[in-house]
Amino acid sequence: MKIIMAIIKPFKLDEVRDALTAVGVHGLTVSEVKGYGRQKGHTEIYRGAEYAVSFLPKLKIEVAVSSELADAVVDAIIAAARTGQIGDGKIFVSSLERAVRIRTGEKDSDAL
Amino acid sequence: MKLVTTVSRLGASLGLACALGLGSILPALAQAAAAAPVPNKGDTAWMLVSTAFVLLMSIPGLALFYGGLVRTKNMLSVLSQVFAIVCVVSIIWVCYGYSMAFTNGGSLNDFVGGFSKAFLMGVTPDSTAATFSNGVVIPELAYMAFQMTFACITPALIVGAFAERMKFSALLLFTVLWVTLIYFPMAHMVWYWGGPDAIGDAAKAVAAATDEAAKKLAMAKLDEVKADAGFLFKIGALDFAGGTVVHINAGIAGLVGALLLGKRIGYPREMMAPHSLTMTMIGASLLWFGWFGFNAGSNLEANGTAALAFVNTFVATAAAALAWLFAEWGAKGKPSLLGMVSGAVAGLVAITPASGFAGPMGSIVLGLVAGVVCFFFVATVKNKLGYDDSLDVFGVHCIGGIIGALGTGILVNQALGGVGIADYESKPGELAIAAYDLAPAFLAQVKGVVMTLLWSGIGSAILYKVVDLIVGLRVAPDQEREGLDVSEHGERAYNN
Repeated sequence: MKIIMAIIKPFKLDEVRDALTAVGVHGLTVSEVKGYGRQKGHTEIYRGAEYAVSFLPKLKIEVAVSSELADAVVDAIIAAARTGQIGDGKIFVSSLERAVRIRTGEKDSDAL
Repeated sequence: MKLVTTVSRLGASLGLACALGLGSILPALAQAAAAAPVPNKGDTAWMLVSTAFVLLMSIPGLALFYGGLVRTKNMLSVLSQVFAIVCVVSIIWVCYGYSMAFTNGGSLNDFVGGFSKAFLMGVTPDSTAATFSNGVVIPELAYMAFQMTFACITPALIVGAFAERMKFSALLLFTVLWVTLIYFPMAHMVWYWGGPDAIGDAAKAVAAATDEAAKKLAMAKLDEVKADAGFLFKIGALDFAGGTVVHINAGIAGLVGALLLGKRIGYPREMMAPHSLTMTMIGASLLWFGWFGFNAGSNLEANGTAALAFVNTFVATAAAALAWLFAEWGAKGKPSLLGMVSGAVAGLVAITPASGFAGPMGSIVLGLVAGVVCFFFVATVKNKLGYDDSLDVFGVHCIGGIIGALGTGILVNQALGGVGIADYESKPGELAIAAYDLAPAFLAQVKGVVMTLLWSGIGSAILYKVVDLIVGLRVAPDQEREGLDVSEHGERAYNN
């Protein structure tokens, strides 16, 4: 099993969700996050007080899938979230040791 | 069209009562009743509605305008401060504030009134207050309540200068002292006078006097009636709705407060962006709405001059909003909502003293000037000088108020579309227009501005020091970091 964490542009969420559904992902978790990478921040000005905003709002999506599906999921996210502009985000894939569905107690691949 | 005089409002009956001395209120009222000025229902209705409008300016208007500009952790502290000030001052106002502002103060009458109407003594549903027209009065309770809302909003304006760091207890104590020793005297100095009927009647007596002795006596009486007014009123400083009394007064007190309390922790290094410009926009819009009561209501009658003040309040504000918007667009690259609503407030401030004196085109010019100059002060001068006037009370209210006060002296000129300076003496019982002369008119405005800056600037500094000695002005650093909502009030604005 793999857990795939992707940082994407907020307005790309719906496209990413649709793409993941199409490759057979049945659930994912989304959180609002802030961070920085190569994309430069922007300046905000309030009555002459200038603030450099270097942490930009992004969405983090987390999805746990079977190892066979991982590559397809990564490709789907890339295809859906990519604009070609700097700041499109990143995808991190790591191994997942265990998974449990709380309601039924099902384990691992049955729980995904 | 009817014209408006140098600003003030006081019952003709009150003026007479004061002239005759304490204890003669009842005969004076009887006399006024004999002269038969009865309040007009339309005027009365307009004044009551205007009064409610001005309350709306403070809460929620000003509270939201300021609240949106602070950080999330201090939202409730600002709302609490404004709300509490309104409550405290309204009680003080009926106990002794109205009396201190609008009665004869004996030997101190130039600067402050007395206590003859403390606890609203003699202020009844039947007593009346003068307007700016001969023979037109309004219920004194309506006048008293209208003026009460002005007393409430003025200290609330100061809150913005030391927002995010003032102790709540210190704020309450400061408010009580400040309205008592700064605001009530200022209102007295600018707005206390005998009213058109008192002057008209005395002038008629002079005209009617047949022999030298009687004439001399009548002249002395007229001088006495004219002398029974506040210091700034007597020198001819024009302030239709409170440019000096409200805005310069609060603005300079704010600057002094910001300097004495010191900068917020982290200013200007840390990000202190407004937490909700949505709230600020709602607040600014409510201010604009309520300001129609503030300015047009200050005419004290529902007539053409009230409509003029209404229109001026509309267009000067729009012009100032656009002026700030475009100035910022040019200087900083983007047209911001905050800039636009700040400009609107600057325009409202600037038109306040001029609202019943200038014409609409003059008002637009005044608004444009106020928008650009206040933008320059807030965006450039403040940063250069480095003081932390959190929400720009000085840059918007004091600077805007000064522009308005000085502009009033110019724009009142009929040649520039203004209504001219009223003269109640030359044709007793009627309104005449005095010849306009720029130099004395402008000089009177300068005197009004300087007097207000000194009175409020020095007086406020002393009061801040006194409050600091008694309860301390500023919250502890860790409380400030945590935010005043939790540390001072034990609650949060947004729980989710």
